[in-house]
Amino acid sequence: MTNNKTINLEIDGRFFQADEGMTILEVARREGIEIPTLCQHDALEPVGACRLCLVEITHPNWKGWKGLVTSCLYPIEEGLQVTTNNPEIHTARKTLLDLLLARCPEATYIQKCAAEYGITATSFKKREEETTCILCGLCVRVCAAKGCNAIGATGRGITKGIAVPFRQPPPDCIGCASCAHICPTDTIKYTDTEDLRKIWGHKFKMVKCVSCGRPVMPEKQLEFEAAKAGLDAKYLTTCPQCSQDQTLATVQSSFQSKTVPGGSLEVAR
Amino acid sequence: MRIATVQSLKVAAKKARSERESIKTEVLVCAGTGCLANGSLAVVESLERSICSRKLTAELKLGLKTTGCHGFCEKGPLVVIQPKGIFYKGVKPKDVKEIIEKTLISGEVIERLLYRDPNTKERIEEYTEIPFYSRQLRIALRNIGKIDPGSIDDYIAVGGYAGLATALTEMTPEEVIDSITKSGLRGRGGGGFPAGRKWKTCRNAPAETRYVLCNADEGDPGAFMDRSICEGDPHAVIEGMVIGAWAVGANSGSIYVREEYPLAVKHLQLAIDQAREKGFLGDDILGSGFSYDVHIARGGGAFVCGESSALMKSVAGEVGEPRAKYIHSVIRGLHDQPTVLNNVETWANVPWIINEGAEKFATLGTGKSTGTKAFSLVGKVKNTGLVEVPMGITLREIIFEIGGGIIGDRPFKAVQTGGPSGGCLPEDKLDLPVDFDTLTEAGSMMGSGGMIVMDDRTCMVDTARYFLEFLVDESCGKCIPCREGVHQLHCILEDICAGEGQPGDIEKIESLSDVIVSASLCALGKSAPNPILSTLRYFRNEYEAHINDGKCAAGVCRNLFSFEISEEACVGCGLCIKACPVDSILGEKKEVHRINGKTCTRCGACRNICAVDAIKVV
Repeated sequence: MTNNKTINLEIDGRFFQADEGMTILEVARREGIEIPTLCQHDALEPVGACRLCLVEITHPNWKGWKGLVTSCLYPIEEGLQVTTNNPEIHTARKTLLDLLLARCPEATYIQKCAAEYGITATSFKKREEETTCILCGLCVRVCAAKGCNAIGATGRGITKGIAVPFRQPPPDCIGCASCAHICPTDTIKYTDTEDLRKIWGHKFKMVKCVSCGRPVMPEKQLEFEAAKAGLDAKYLTTCPQCSQDQTLATVQSSFQSKTVPGGSLEVAR
Repeated sequence: MRIATVQSLKVAAKKARSERESIKTEVLVCAGTGCLANGSLAVVESLERSICSRKLTAELKLGLKTTGCHGFCEKGPLVVIQPKGIFYKGVKPKDVKEIIEKTLISGEVIERLLYRDPNTKERIEEYTEIPFYSRQLRIALRNIGKIDPGSIDDYIAVGGYAGLATALTEMTPEEVIDSITKSGLRGRGGGGFPAGRKWKTCRNAPAETRYVLCNADEGDPGAFMDRSICEGDPHAVIEGMVIGAWAVGANSGSIYVREEYPLAVKHLQLAIDQAREKGFLGDDILGSGFSYDVHIARGGGAFVCGESSALMKSVAGEVGEPRAKYIHSVIRGLHDQPTVLNNVETWANVPWIINEGAEKFATLGTGKSTGTKAFSLVGKVKNTGLVEVPMGITLREIIFEIGGGIIGDRPFKAVQTGGPSGGCLPEDKLDLPVDFDTLTEAGSMMGSGGMIVMDDRTCMVDTARYFLEFLVDESCGKCIPCREGVHQLHCILEDICAGEGQPGDIEKIESLSDVIVSASLCALGKSAPNPILSTLRYFRNEYEAHINDGKCAAGVCRNLFSFEISEEACVGCGLCIKACPVDSILGEKKEVHRINGKTCTRCGACRNICAVDAIKVV
């Protein structure tokens, strides 16, 4: 949405103003009000899968309708009243974490989240096949956002899983490992050596930093990123550390010569 | 040939009607899925051969027609001879000769092919006098069984596309919406949302493109209302959609139909092709300048794709998972454009409302649930089949008058309405009027019209377990409460049915159900605990008996009962001995038989076959 209409709403008894089009979660986070989430990431479109961000709303129009909604998806409305925590919400979040702990008893992050709600062991039947995947879908979404769509979900219901097509190394994977980095439970693994990155059954050859010789990124990712940005690949072959060092050196030298690169302005003393 | 104007439609209708009237005797053979499975095509072939070889068509002015589902699937293959309305059931190819000679040539009725009322034991000659049909009022199913679904001329002959002509030439889109609003038509797919309001919101949503879709993804176990309409009267659905598209201002749309309904797909596609050829779909429909076309989108059979937002994703080629509907699909639906989605039965009602008037529709049914509703009546009921009744009729009338009561006249226990996420209602709710709001208040729902009747040999805990199993399989797995929560509910029920229930299980079910209801993303999850919650509400004692006493009084949960033969009742006929697959019943002829409890697997074969009800559950 492009308009800047201002919306007035109430969260936990406090009044706020925010731009139309924002979600309840965005406004709450901006104001430092904590709402737990597992499947949300600022860089990605929300989907409302984990349901932990449930809040109670009282709708100004629908005869004061009250109910639980996912704050990551609910667009703010004029006069909306939001409660981010009450016994019903607490019970719902606690039950959701209890259910997740039954699914992945070994996932340390879920253990930690559940412990915050006083759960140390699940009260439900533990899943037979071990997994630490909570099916938040962040990996699939980040891969899609990147433009690769190399991994996806298979099956449905409790047999749903994150997988690669035909259980073969996915042809569209560029080895960026964004999926592994975004995974909240460290379920997706990869290993890096000087020359190789191993992920999803692939062995990707690494590009070495032109300056220090350390691995920068897989060759396939380099080609992908360069093509996407419309740049010559050579601009991406310096590792982040060397890149930083070079920038620092450039800035330092320009200070010493009292000129700003590309201009002739005197730098103030 | 294209029918370009309303005038030429009238001419075509007149011609089609006069062709129909030239036929003196019409033989209608049901070729719905049920009758096809029972071999009705062989009957049709045999009839065709005999009629042709004896050159009866011209001589007797005979017409032979294969139609859609007559509804009385239990008795198929069905043959109806009009205009007398003679109703033959269970017709086999070997009966054809006799039908031709006696009924068609000599005008006699063949007694043994007539339907016999299970209660009065009398043979009934005429279609309309059979209680199964006489209590029905057919609007959505109005043409099914009367016309050949493969012939657009047949549909035009019975007034087809006249509603479209009226809407396009005599009404503004707003007037059409007003008419649908006044009729009180509510969505027949389960939600019961007022169709007029839905259309109005969509029409008023600012957009360049709008879509009108049809949901033919009927997935409830035991339900086949929409399938029968698509198979038996596909043009009614298409006509309804074009009227809807005119009203909301849409120029394209889809019918989302499941691949498991091959005949429905075939007939819908044929009807679309015919409608395009005649100009009822495509550009400048009936010379009005309005354009609308529809395509078939075939679903892969995921139950969740019947949910509106998942359906739209599936139509768009994405994974069929629901999304949160904080912004409704009438505002942002298919391809993010305003979209009206109604189900098959809803669309089939629309031409009737335009033709007969909104007021007439609104007088049928009850205050907030107008018109009629089609139900598939299945389970332990004598007359299984498809019925359409006015809203407000009681469950008792449907089950005991139309349905003829319980098989074997056993005691009624419960009726499950509303599909897998509906609820089970006990005997003291039988006099409730069947409408959207009453069923919801009673803890069940109208759903799309599945109605499963259960007798005293049905265990309600096991029934809840069965529906939960279905929902565990069909949950899309996107959100935690539905994916993990319903699975856990199912685990608890499996334990209870296996005799491993624990004190506190009922409370645990209730508190988990609360969270699933309030926290799930879509209606599938939100209503998934319904089978448990409604059985807990009305049959809590059965849960308690399973958990606390280790007893399943219905004789279903095998770890929780054993069979015994009543000494007083047993006549020593030996039927059970023959039926027992594990040779666990012993006894001489005319002497009381005994069951060896150690080897008995409690399959129930003996109980089902015993004619004197001597097998008891202990």
